[in-house]
Amino acid sequence: MGGGAVKYELVAGFETHVELSTKTKIFCSCTTAFGGEPNTHCCPVCIGLPGTMPKLNERVVEYAIMAGLATDCEIAEIAKMDRKNYCYPDLPKAYQISQYDRPLCEHGHITLSNGRQIRILRIHIEEDAGKLIHNHGDTYVDYNRGGVPLIEIVTEPDFRSIDEAKEYVERLQQIMRYIGVSDCRMQEGSMRCDVNISVRPVGSDTLGTRTEIKNMNSITNIAKAMEYEYERQVELIESGGTVVQETLRYDDADGTTSPMRSKEDAHDYRYFREPDLVTISVPRSRVEEIRATLPELPEQKKRRYIDDYGIPEKDAAMLTKYRAIAEFFDSASDGLQNPKAVSNFIIGQMFRRLETEADKEAFDLSTTPAHLRELCALLEAGKIRNNLAKTVLEKMLDSGKPVTAFVSEEDMAGLSDDTLAEYCRSAIAAMPNAVADYKGGKEKALMALLGNVMKQSRGRADAAAVTVKLKELIG
Amino acid sequence: MSDIRRIHEMLVSGEITCTELTQRFLHAIKDDNAALNAYITVTPDTALAQARAVDEKLSRGEEIGMLEGVPMTLKDNISTKGIETTCASKILTGYRPIYDATVYRLLQEQGVVMLGKTNMDEFAMGSSCETSYYGGSKNPHSTDHVSGGSSGGVAAAVGGNLAVYGLGSDTGGSIRQPASFCGIVGLKPTYGAVSRYGLIAYASSFDQIGPITRSVEDAAIVFDAIAKYDNMDSTSQGSTEPTCPRLDDSIARRRIGIANQYLDGVSDDVRDAVLAAAQVYRELGAEIVYFDLPELDFSLPVYYILAMAEASSNLGRYDGIRYGYKAEHYNGTHDMICRTRSEGFGKEVRRRILMGTYVLSAGYYDAYYKKAVNLRGRIVSAFENAFASVDVILAPTAPNTAFRCGYLFSQETDQIEQYLSDICTVPVNTAGLPGVSIPCGVDREGLPIGMQLIGRRFDEKTILNFAYQYEKNTDNFVGTKWGVAL
Repeated sequence: MGGGAVKYELVAGFETHVELSTKTKIFCSCTTAFGGEPNTHCCPVCIGLPGTMPKLNERVVEYAIMAGLATDCEIAEIAKMDRKNYCYPDLPKAYQISQYDRPLCEHGHITLSNGRQIRILRIHIEEDAGKLIHNHGDTYVDYNRGGVPLIEIVTEPDFRSIDEAKEYVERLQQIMRYIGVSDCRMQEGSMRCDVNISVRPVGSDTLGTRTEIKNMNSITNIAKAMEYEYERQVELIESGGTVVQETLRYDDADGTTSPMRSKEDAHDYRYFREPDLVTISVPRSRVEEIRATLPELPEQKKRRYIDDYGIPEKDAAMLTKYRAIAEFFDSASDGLQNPKAVSNFIIGQMFRRLETEADKEAFDLSTTPAHLRELCALLEAGKIRNNLAKTVLEKMLDSGKPVTAFVSEEDMAGLSDDTLAEYCRSAIAAMPNAVADYKGGKEKALMALLGNVMKQSRGRADAAAVTVKLKELIG
Repeated sequence: MSDIRRIHEMLVSGEITCTELTQRFLHAIKDDNAALNAYITVTPDTALAQARAVDEKLSRGEEIGMLEGVPMTLKDNISTKGIETTCASKILTGYRPIYDATVYRLLQEQGVVMLGKTNMDEFAMGSSCETSYYGGSKNPHSTDHVSGGSSGGVAAAVGGNLAVYGLGSDTGGSIRQPASFCGIVGLKPTYGAVSRYGLIAYASSFDQIGPITRSVEDAAIVFDAIAKYDNMDSTSQGSTEPTCPRLDDSIARRRIGIANQYLDGVSDDVRDAVLAAAQVYRELGAEIVYFDLPELDFSLPVYYILAMAEASSNLGRYDGIRYGYKAEHYNGTHDMICRTRSEGFGKEVRRRILMGTYVLSAGYYDAYYKKAVNLRGRIVSAFENAFASVDVILAPTAPNTAFRCGYLFSQETDQIEQYLSDICTVPVNTAGLPGVSIPCGVDREGLPIGMQLIGRRFDEKTILNFAYQYEKNTDNFVGTKWGVAL
């Protein structure tokens, strides 16, 4: 990247809006459900009728604190709400109730896989605006989304590559989903990213002039927009120009960024304290209560799988990507000696049945964790062999039935020495050529005989014992 | 002395039915409203339906509450479901709220008879009721004079016997000053005592709803009925204790403070009346203490900066998109909003929006808004200190009696003079304290003079107790020729 003699470094920071999945809006009791006929999820409060007053949904504060704790933020003891004034038809009060100088959470971080820490400057709560709908030259406004609670997560300009940016967004999604505060669906707009980008010569420690790309709704677009904007800024500087601080939009269709109208850029929001709401005080005991409800976070889980269970890092990452999978794994491996076997079944066989990311996120298969645990317990007890277990799992996944539906008492009882000897004799009789080859010094020929025995025993025979017996019988 | 109690007794004894009573008021409004311009909207259907319900209850032999069936009015910035609520502004022409303000809901639960919505300065911005899109209300004591503002319509209606009582709102004196001008009682409760939900906001951290009545006891009855915690208003706390049972407490050996600064710049007649009232209290056994409250000198700029800042934000929503007036000719959304606001708001409202926007804007915020917020804290502390040694503060309600109509807006009156007329009332709002204005005599022209008693936060019972004792031991109430003679 970057032409000429000077190499340029990318410097970026994120502002991410995450829609919280509380049942009701931030300042009234209207539903937050996505969609719905226009203006049906509204009341006098969220359409800002004269005389109405906001009432802060305590769940929103709780969810924001959860998000703060999950990203190692400090939680403010005292916070307040402010008005951000601007006039736009989708904002029915002509101000957005947000937080200006006393956000709920500050000074957190997320550590990336390369070990670099992305510092979280702040997380604050605010209300979403409605939506304008343009139709045949007319403009309509739908206030269903107005008042849906958001948190805005602001990072320091700590990103040095697009890969870091992509990982950050994925990690943020993963964390928010784990703690259950948002579904983070970028396509539906429940997670939206603004990126600040500047470039500077490698080795420089001053920041270049930044531009801000607004409202991107997929990780792919974020990566493409950043790539484009990096190249644009480098080329501009190389050709003797200067970067202008401005707000840009990314055009998905042609893969370029372009300035938004300057009017939208020249806001003076005239922040001041929201007089209709009282100070938010968060006792330390409340923070600890909330901390106690947090589930094990994906990074902690991954570490535990690697350190305690000896699961390879790649597998541990796959298991912890979605909370549903990790919880399935935790439940299925509960009480077993060898959770790694459970991991192998999940990744090796169950993942194949989940085609999309959404399927994996839901992890809704007919086999329950208890079913898988039973299967693995039999394997651990040596009552069934691995090959049989694999076959049985496929049948279980097809039917949703437990392991006992496919493995009989007889199967589990194992083989008597007599039966084993009988299978071996039968194999020797059936495969004279293999016997001859073995006798002629071809060790591998024994495998064919072993296979035959396994087939007869439907996988129940112990390979080592069969080998010993065959050698003994052939002499 | 209490009109509410008297009407209650008339209704219970069967001397008059509630329907007859209501009709008498409706007829009086028909006859006298043209002269007083107190009502913007009269609601005979609502009032008569409410009255019938009270009569049915009475005919079944059921007991009725003290406020049940007592005809009253609401300032036109208090939301009433299905009934036009205009804030006396063109921009809210035709606006019918889809919900009731909490105070109106509470009163409906107590069997209210609501006669109509009364006039006011546009969006409560003014001191004479003359910024109303519907023209100012007239003073029932002299129709050449204003009724005061901003709750001028309620004061004209109650002073002119076109309602037994009314609810107004007080942001910088808008209940007390018109009560004072019209020779009646106006109570501005502690910030948070009465729910603001449904009160169309002017300056949210100052606004408070309160009663305007013809007697102190009536004010206490109405206050006790509406001072309830409301979970729709996060800043509401309700009242700590009913005030009615405490009205007749002795005030002997209790201390009244008079801040010297409150007497600066008030007319001789007003000063004399207030000092005469102090003498009455002395005779009742109270102790009078003079003290300095230098912070009062900056309470006016603090009030105007903060109130206008909040107003500029509160009034941003009137854009013509969802309700109210919308410009007829425009070119695109932006132009539509600009034209709607330019045409829909009156001059004073536009002035305050512009000034409020200015004091909040980048580069001026620290010099104005931030400084005013800090000074507000000093005013709050100054009052707290004062109340460490006195039980109530006695002050004039306004520097003078009612202005002649048009005076504030004539060529020779500058803008500052209009704002200066609020100097006695705004400190109470700035500090969030309760204050009650009661009549204490007339000036040489025969116009009523009002004095106010200011108390500690949530100590309405004490100021009403002092007010009641004064009222009981003097005879300053002057009736008017208008309306229903009870």
